[in-house]
Amino acid sequence: MSFNWPILSVLIWLPIFGGLAVIAIGEHRPSLAKLLALAIAGLTFILSITLFTAHDATTAAMQFVELRPWIETFDIFYNLGVDGFSIPLILLTTFFGVLVVIAGWEVIQVKVNQYMAAFLVMEGLMVGVFSALDAMLFYVFFEAMLIPMFLVIGMWGGPRRVYATIKFFLYTFLGSVFMLIGLIYLYIQSGSWSILEWHQLPLSLEVQKWLFLGFLAAFSVKVPMWPVHTWLPDAHVEAPTGGSVILAAIMLKIGGYGFIRFSLPVTPDAAAALDWLIITLSLIAVVYIGFVALVQQDMKKLIAYSSISHMGFVTLGMFIAFAVFQNTDNGRGAALGVEGAMIQMISHGFISGALFLCVGVLYDRLHSRMIADYGGVANTMPWFAALAVLFFMANAGLPGTSGFVGEFMVILAAFQANFWYAFLAALTLILGAAYSLWLVKRVIFGEVANTNVAQLKDINAREALVLGTLAVAVLLVGLWPEPLVNLMHASVEQLLQHIQQPKFSVPGI
Amino acid sequence: MNSANMLLAAPEFWVLTMACVILIVDLFLSKERRGIIHMLAMLTLVFAAIMTLRSDYASDGARSALAFSGSFIRDQMGDVLKLFSFLILGIVYIYAKFFLRQFRMFRADFYTLSLFALLGVMLLISANSLVMVYLGLELISLSSYALVAFDRDSRIGSEAAMKYFVLGSMASGMLLYGMSMIYGATGTMDLYQVSLAVKSIGSHDPLLVFGLVFLVAGLAFKLGVVPFHMWIPDVYQGAPVATTLFISSVPKMAAFAMAFRLLQTGLGDMQTDWSQMLSILAVLSIILGNLAAIAQTNIKRMLAYSTISHMGFVLMGLLPGTAAGFGAGMFYVIVYSLMSAAGFGMVVLLSARGVEADKLDDFKGLNQRNSWYAAVMAMVMFSMAGVPVFVGFFAKWMVIKAALDAGLMWLAIVAVIFSVVGSFYYLRVVKLMYFDEPVTESNIDVPVDFRAAISLNGILMIGLGIFSSSLIAVCMASFGA
Repeated sequence: MSFNWPILSVLIWLPIFGGLAVIAIGEHRPSLAKLLALAIAGLTFILSITLFTAHDATTAAMQFVELRPWIETFDIFYNLGVDGFSIPLILLTTFFGVLVVIAGWEVIQVKVNQYMAAFLVMEGLMVGVFSALDAMLFYVFFEAMLIPMFLVIGMWGGPRRVYATIKFFLYTFLGSVFMLIGLIYLYIQSGSWSILEWHQLPLSLEVQKWLFLGFLAAFSVKVPMWPVHTWLPDAHVEAPTGGSVILAAIMLKIGGYGFIRFSLPVTPDAAAALDWLIITLSLIAVVYIGFVALVQQDMKKLIAYSSISHMGFVTLGMFIAFAVFQNTDNGRGAALGVEGAMIQMISHGFISGALFLCVGVLYDRLHSRMIADYGGVANTMPWFAALAVLFFMANAGLPGTSGFVGEFMVILAAFQANFWYAFLAALTLILGAAYSLWLVKRVIFGEVANTNVAQLKDINAREALVLGTLAVAVLLVGLWPEPLVNLMHASVEQLLQHIQQPKFSVPGI
Repeated sequence: MNSANMLLAAPEFWVLTMACVILIVDLFLSKERRGIIHMLAMLTLVFAAIMTLRSDYASDGARSALAFSGSFIRDQMGDVLKLFSFLILGIVYIYAKFFLRQFRMFRADFYTLSLFALLGVMLLISANSLVMVYLGLELISLSSYALVAFDRDSRIGSEAAMKYFVLGSMASGMLLYGMSMIYGATGTMDLYQVSLAVKSIGSHDPLLVFGLVFLVAGLAFKLGVVPFHMWIPDVYQGAPVATTLFISSVPKMAAFAMAFRLLQTGLGDMQTDWSQMLSILAVLSIILGNLAAIAQTNIKRMLAYSTISHMGFVLMGLLPGTAAGFGAGMFYVIVYSLMSAAGFGMVVLLSARGVEADKLDDFKGLNQRNSWYAAVMAMVMFSMAGVPVFVGFFAKWMVIKAALDAGLMWLAIVAVIFSVVGSFYYLRVVKLMYFDEPVTESNIDVPVDFRAAISLNGILMIGLGIFSSSLIAVCMASFGA
């Protein structure tokens, strides 16, 4: 589709250069820095809506494509484009770009310009990850994104921030260098960095398996999947609220997006052969991490573990397709799985972002994240309590909220594959409800626990705006998911058709 | 030999002349007017660069030209490396001037010695015979020994110089011994003739293989790769930062050129032999360099160990013996020199009057003292760690690709794992600058040329990363890849 201005480049570079401009303001004029950051984030979000209104939902082809040579010696192109998978994630990114600026408005007191700039730069890089069609470009954005997050956690984080942020960086870095070797191998084989060309590249099953494991190393850490999830609770607990929000709402989705963009289409046969591995790890994440969440004392940690558990649904939904193909002839079940995974990603973005913001609201007032320090918050903060309960219900998968739609679709798909998969996955409805509602009971309901809680002030207009917007989003996706499904439908169909074709049947390979 | 041939070496003659001129001019200058020396040295570099750019030896379609009976060669690789030597030495001079003034060592000797070393670098880069290689190498080495001991009153400086001298002479001896065997086997000093002779003798001649082993040992010492690396940390730490700045950057490019000329031009037919040796050296350097750097508390030592690992990566580019590999190695060594200059430049920047800021803790809280300098150092560190989009990443992946092209999967995997290990100590510097409180609030006050140079050097880290295309193309084209 032709478009008369390079919208994707603008969405990438406007926040990055905007971030640099915010830094240039200097430390001594924080309010100017905040206003400029808000203006840039807001403008980026408004521009990104064009993607939604102007895209063509009937085709799975890449849209808004930009193609320019970058490093010609190695056939690397500055190649951007979006399809039904990336548009919703880009919108999610730009949406949260605005929210984190507002969320950090009063809370951040030191180095305000650097804080705002870090988030803006990160936003641009994340849009870059979702729109890169050149694998080298993708890798550059994928890695570069670590730097602002590393600084955000380390500079504005909690007491163990240094440990948490270095762990975060090294974990992700180690995972992605294996992917880099895989990417270079694919380049040597194909003579191109184009991800779409790699989708058509014939590869033997043996090679595919190695490549698949390389991709898995990078993306499983990002998602994160059990057992490489241990960086996430640390990073979440220590990060400032804005950092946690971006981490949970967007960065984790990059792992899921990577599976859809690389693992499934580039190495479909290996994905089919190793789907048991992903399904097992996903189910462990769903069930075991669900139990782990139950025993947490720290609210942020609980939400972090709940994130891991919910992201288990994403990977389950993506890889259940192969098991469905074995059982049934129609692809509808498989499509349910992948679409459910995508909706789960969007929904989890909204919900986990909202939950971290809720904890942030409490933390800003009492400077504690411990469940034991709270109790009866509803008595002093009724508005806050109403919104928080909504988000926790959504986290538990209450029908009518976005949390229900994705999980329900994935469970339905799992039924078509294997009853026990579905049974284990459905346990999340019980476990999720247990840890979410128990937290609500202990923190929000009951008698006022102590004098600190008694002195709490309800949310102000700024916080109400942020949480209210998210509440609308959660309900909207929950009640009317159709636009979202339509947006990605063509891409899902094409992906499913593609992964059913073996790639190694070409003679001579 | 005719005058047209002589002109090919015009930049070398110019540098030699100017080094002598500076030596003499200094005699007539009062202490207050020594700034003139700095200007003269900078002028030398500028004109040397212009002369290198303007010579049109390749006009008749030839890719290279010979002079001095074939022992001196001008080609694109040499020209590019020389131009970067001038650029980086210029940056080094700006940093060094500030340092030498602060430490009351601002004497012309620094400039003459480093210009003689530069002459050695240029000769080595253009060397096309065993004698010229040795000549260039010794010119660099002897000047460097003196530079390391430049602070006469420093005990560890003298110790480092002594150590450097003893070990360096031994390495030169080994190199010379290897050369003599190769001369014995082939009967010629000219590297091109050597390669023809090797073809006819066959690469399994024991004399040749022996010669090669000694040659590689000498080379490994000059590059500073494991297990010939012992001198690097002590010399880097003991020498004044101005000297460390110099010896860690420009001569590395010459060492790369020397490795290429000797191994590929001369002994290209023995590639299977030397690539095995180099792969062991490369792996050991990458592993040991990165592990040992973690334990350091002195930033000069830390950067010394990081140099060792970087040189391992350069060897990784050399060892496949392919044009793409040499191009990757050349790109890496240029990028490394720029990063190293910036890293030590930051040490100079933080050095207050008379006290070198060589502890890691001196970087604490730099972001609060001056966020731009902290950003520069952070860019250098991320670049050294190989994080995109900084230029160090592109250097690393090109080298890794060269290894994968040659089917050396295991080497690539070791390299990436240890670059992750290595990223830990680079991150620690970033952590000190951004997450810790400063120990001193003293103002960082440097002259404007220093500020410009360090800013340029930092911006190059990201600028050469985003716009790496043309430099990569030039490096690749130097080897016809």
